[in-house]
Amino acid sequence: MASIFQGVGAATSLDTKKFQLSSLRSVTGRKASCVVMRSGGAKMDSGSNRISGRADQLVTNAVATKADTPAASTASKPGHELLLFEALREGLEEEMERDARVCVMGEDVGHYGGSYKVTKGLAEKYGDLRVLDTPIAENSFTGMGIGAAMTGLRPIIEGMNMGFLLLAFNQISNNCGMLHYTSGGQFKIPVVIRGPGGVGRQLGAEHSQRLESYFQSIPGIQMVACSTPYNAKGLMKAAIRSDNPVILFEHVLLYNLKERIPDEEYVLNLEEAEMVRPGEHVTILTYSRMRYHVMQAAKTLVNKGYDPEVIDIRSLKPFDLYTIGNSIKKTHRVLIVEECMRTGGIGASLTAAITENFHDYLDAPIMCLSSQDVPTPYAGTLEEWTVVQPPQIVAAVEQLCR
Amino acid sequence: MASSCLTKSKNFIIYNLKSKSSFTDRISAFTNSLFHHRLLHTISPLPVRKHAAYSRVNRTDDSQRFFELAYVQRRLHSTVSVSSDVTQLPVESPSLQILDFPGGKVKFTKKLSFTSNSTEERVHCYRVLDDNGQLFTDVDSLEISKELAIKMYTNMVTLEVMDTVFYESQRQGRISFYATTTGEEAINIASAAALNDNDFVFPQYREPGVLLWRGFTLQEFANQLFGNKHEYGKGRQMPIHYGSRKLNYFTVASTVATQIPHAVGAAYSLKMEKQDSCVITYFGDGGTSTADFHAAMNFAAVLEVPVIFFCRNNGWAISTPVNEQFRSDGVVVKGKAYGVPSIRIDGNDALAIYNAVYEARKMAIKEQTPVLIEALTYRAGHHTTSDDSTRYRSVEEIERWRGDQNPVKRFRAWIEGRGWWNGVAESEYRSSIRKQVAQVIQVAERVEKPPVADMFNDVYDVPPTNLNEQEAFVQKTVKKHRQDYPSDVPL
Repeated sequence: MASIFQGVGAATSLDTKKFQLSSLRSVTGRKASCVVMRSGGAKMDSGSNRISGRADQLVTNAVATKADTPAASTASKPGHELLLFEALREGLEEEMERDARVCVMGEDVGHYGGSYKVTKGLAEKYGDLRVLDTPIAENSFTGMGIGAAMTGLRPIIEGMNMGFLLLAFNQISNNCGMLHYTSGGQFKIPVVIRGPGGVGRQLGAEHSQRLESYFQSIPGIQMVACSTPYNAKGLMKAAIRSDNPVILFEHVLLYNLKERIPDEEYVLNLEEAEMVRPGEHVTILTYSRMRYHVMQAAKTLVNKGYDPEVIDIRSLKPFDLYTIGNSIKKTHRVLIVEECMRTGGIGASLTAAITENFHDYLDAPIMCLSSQDVPTPYAGTLEEWTVVQPPQIVAAVEQLCR
Repeated sequence: MASSCLTKSKNFIIYNLKSKSSFTDRISAFTNSLFHHRLLHTISPLPVRKHAAYSRVNRTDDSQRFFELAYVQRRLHSTVSVSSDVTQLPVESPSLQILDFPGGKVKFTKKLSFTSNSTEERVHCYRVLDDNGQLFTDVDSLEISKELAIKMYTNMVTLEVMDTVFYESQRQGRISFYATTTGEEAINIASAAALNDNDFVFPQYREPGVLLWRGFTLQEFANQLFGNKHEYGKGRQMPIHYGSRKLNYFTVASTVATQIPHAVGAAYSLKMEKQDSCVITYFGDGGTSTADFHAAMNFAAVLEVPVIFFCRNNGWAISTPVNEQFRSDGVVVKGKAYGVPSIRIDGNDALAIYNAVYEARKMAIKEQTPVLIEALTYRAGHHTTSDDSTRYRSVEEIERWRGDQNPVKRFRAWIEGRGWWNGVAESEYRSSIRKQVAQVIQVAERVEKPPVADMFNDVYDVPPTNLNEQEAFVQKTVKKHRQDYPSDVPL
């Protein structure tokens, strides 16, 4: 895992200024110290490690069930449009094409194409051994993936819903995270564990789990959360190429997001956060679906005269404290918006990390908006209120900036 | 949500049934008869090496017995071919109508009767040496060479001596923990001897003999027990949690039976890469109660991968005897439940083990099938050094199994009977090994432990910043309070 400090050197918070200028460019790359492939020959921003430009074209609806973007996509624009689940599939397919050791296993991933169609068409193309339908035993097929990884394959293990991976906790914690360490580095476990999680549309409590809270303590694994088709594809590819076990969190309600992504191949950095909207007054840290609630709140805030800086942290383990720190040094106020429950969630860890590292830069206590410590109710109205809504975000920013 | 998933699965199955032609043989198993030919490999008194190509029609005696066990039917007409297209129902025997449910054709019966929870007789146990180590006549057994026999025997003795001395060293406080394989030396060595070096081994924790066979030295064992800087695990695991990538022996994890699905995954990778080797995984009777065992067996059968499931049924799971572990006829019958060919063998008979694993390996690779071997044996030692088994079982019982029944003695009787070994060789060899083990302990004890800096490596491929920070903090703290930390641990 490349350290995020590589290649950045003495870059300071001026980077964000540079970033703002470059935000109009449609594609930028990362420094070569990380894993980006560039075939288009586009200019690389020498000081910035940021992916820019995506923010302008993103759908800011809380839930993108309709596939349209506010930015007019003309035929002459570069890249191609697709939905988030298609972006995941594209990334997956490119990696399977590139490396014959990459394989997929999970329930109904084969000829059915996956419950959310992420693996659609892959079984026909690569055969049903390489895209493997497993019986219903999460602990065991995760264990299978770990065994296959130790002997040289690079499996992608799909949990039909992230919540089912609770059954695989033993294998993920005790074996996946540990065996590289306890074997003295002899056996590596390059698996990707992925699946949809988060609160959906009336899926019931058991299918609305936010597993990032439970998994974040496990040493030896990395966790990333995707939120746009662009970062979904890039993170998928990066996760597959990583030699560490990576858990890729997708969100049930974001699969139909549409975006235009580059035609040329790109891979994102697993440990990097994404600057969604640069600003001056307050740093809002968020990830996954909450990003859209935040962006919707941001519109209201801008109308009210605030200038929030929105960062999609993307990397849940480890946190990109570099990006986050730079932002805090600029704005001095932090609001964390997450979907996890209040106790023991990502927000709780992030609050602790920020307090430890950047306490001196804070002008106000860190505010964290999370879901309540209740099982997600089925009733639609109740469910809506377990999740942080844009008005709450606006109110929180107003309070922070008093 | 869950019910909708089931509907999807059901549609998927029906879709598969309808469009056979576009799928591989594996999927077409759905449309086959319930009595897939592989089930008929369940072996009872029939010889091990005969693998007749059973056709689905015209079954042999084996299948008759299977039918009796599985379906208590009053009449069985073997002329009714189950796999042929049966759209017309035989008018003369309406009790034998056949219908085509998902999963295959089944015959119906008008009789309401339940299959028994047990068979009259337990599955027979394969052995080739009698109690006195004499080969039975008319037995199914391979000829093994003098060289191989001596190598097997000496390794068994080494394992026995090594266990005794290392156990004592724990009692003396020189190492923190140990678990012996007393009583299971034959399982360890003979199964390893029947495998190739490139077969993957996924052990539980009572199989160091497999490593020993493959060339792990006594010094390497001692290094791991002392957790010194030479050991391959870099001091990160408890004693007896050996691992060697070089010898294809996957690092022992303390979690029970988690290695069984790993083994299936490894076998899957062998199948994907079309390798000419197999995987073996070991577990005890207790391990067969875990969820991982059952799902892994099921997977392996569905995937058709070359893996040998070797169950060391040694009668005890710490203090739980087998009759409190399961109520089935041991573990061998579970193979049938999952569609895995299985055999029960005498786990104290080195030659029987050798033969069974040899054949199982051939079958696993050639037919790409899992195989289950249940080796009946006895855990003659305590569970580990943290256990005193006299608290839950009688000393007489332990002594009996350590006596003439023990696998080392029986095999010794056989090779001495062949004139390949004698008492002089025995005492010379034992004292030599005892000296060597004592020596390696002394050496390992004096080697430095791994440095503190190494504590943060291998968590990931490259340490991330947060771990670097934590390491810096630890180093600083230790340097500041040097007197509070062990002086023999380097930084």
